[in-house]
Amino acid sequence: MNSFAKTRKWEEVLWPVLASALFLTLWHYSVAWTATKVFPSPLAVEKGLAELARKGLLWAYIGDSLRRVALGFGAAAVLGIPIGLTLGWYPAVNQVVNPVLEMLRPISPIAWIPVAILMFGVGDVTPVFLIFLAAFFPIVVACVSGVSSVPSIFRRAGRNFGLTAPQLLARVVFPASLPSIIVGLRLALGIAWMVVVAAEMVAVDSGLGYLVIDARNSGKRYDLVVAGMLTIGIIGLALDLCFRRLRNLESVRWGFRDDS
Amino acid sequence: MPVDTKLSASHLNFCYKRDGKTTQVLSDVNLIVGEGEFLCIVGPSGCGKSTLLSTFAGFLSPNSGEVRIDGGVVSGPDPRRILVFQEPGVFPWLTVEGNIEFGLFRKPRAERQRRIAHYIELVGLKGFEKAYPAELSGGMKQRLEVARALAVNPDILLLDEPFGALDSITRLTMRRELLRIWREERNTVIFVTHDIDEAVQLADRVAVMSGRPTNIQQTFLIDIEHPRDISAPRYLELRNAILEELGIAHYV
Repeated sequence: MNSFAKTRKWEEVLWPVLASALFLTLWHYSVAWTATKVFPSPLAVEKGLAELARKGLLWAYIGDSLRRVALGFGAAAVLGIPIGLTLGWYPAVNQVVNPVLEMLRPISPIAWIPVAILMFGVGDVTPVFLIFLAAFFPIVVACVSGVSSVPSIFRRAGRNFGLTAPQLLARVVFPASLPSIIVGLRLALGIAWMVVVAAEMVAVDSGLGYLVIDARNSGKRYDLVVAGMLTIGIIGLALDLCFRRLRNLESVRWGFRDDS
Repeated sequence: MPVDTKLSASHLNFCYKRDGKTTQVLSDVNLIVGEGEFLCIVGPSGCGKSTLLSTFAGFLSPNSGEVRIDGGVVSGPDPRRILVFQEPGVFPWLTVEGNIEFGLFRKPRAERQRRIAHYIELVGLKGFEKAYPAELSGGMKQRLEVARALAVNPDILLLDEPFGALDSITRLTMRRELLRIWREERNTVIFVTHDIDEAVQLADRVAVMSGRPTNIQQTFLIDIEHPRDISAPRYLELRNAILEELGIAHYV
């Protein structure tokens, strides 16, 4: 990394804040100059947010969405990591399973909505299932590629020190592929957050996705629609930032040396 | 001086099969290595030195012939003989301590602590116990790898061009360090190198391998006391004899 290109601490805060302010200003004047009656100004959105907060809906909806993501993403990680590690570990098994995985992977979780509702009905299980599907495949793929890119020199060293196969998996292959796994988890979380919004538009009557669709359907409250969108964006950003911090853990930092 | 046989290879043959084509690498290799001996193996690049070392370590099994260590046939990798590679195979997710501790998982805690402290001291990494490999120089990583190997107290240390990736000054220091460590630990060392000077400086005996398919063409007893004077007539004589055996002229 070039040390001259390193940004200073205050710059890391200053530029994003400036850019956000510029964006809000542009938004404000675009609405003012076009005199649109449909699209709300930032101030209207801010009032909408305050109204939602006052009614206690904002935090309740955020909580519901986060809970669904946590469950679906958690299940995907708990199942996906061992499955991905196993597939990476046994290339023969991977060859058998891979075509099925590769066929299921490009199907958008949104396409599963009718099937999910048929299977789980209207309620919390449907969005959790959809999030699970959305997060599961990127996690599995990241684990498989993580395991298969573990340098053979590490495996050989492990075997040389007398490790059994399970020990080798736990003490060499898993830590060696952890950086790739973290990349996969981060990607999966981003997708999961997008999918929860879509799922909540059809299957449940709470959460941020529901807020967006409900505000439009019952009274065309576009201030609330945009308030919901903004909240979704901010939480997505916050989740991603949390995940990025994982890369600074001592035991995985070696895997991220070359990116910023 | 009669020494016990530590390792014996008899009639080793090994072929690689790739794209339906068979390439013979080892052709009737016979070698005996004594207990506590420091043996260097030199040979033309790509001749199969690393393959030979891998059969000693048990990572490859020969197509015919056998490797015996202490009389028993080698059938797989074993912590009693540790192979160290040219590219550092130290684990980047573990600290210096963690790496040395890696092979000690069957030992009680107190013994692990004792060995970690001992080998950190021995390879001169004191003060870097909590450092990760990314923070170490190439020479330090290689020393760490040697320490990790020695910590499990192997009978045989198999070194595959361990200093090949280091700069020439570090390489000289590492040779001196290795000799010092070997004198303290007295393991049997089999050291593969393409550097004839390195071989003559380090070894009790140098085995010269032929081009592929390879076998042991000749062995040279290096009858010079340590520390070795690299401008002494006997040193130059042995060095030239090995060069000659390899069929390389003395002049560039």
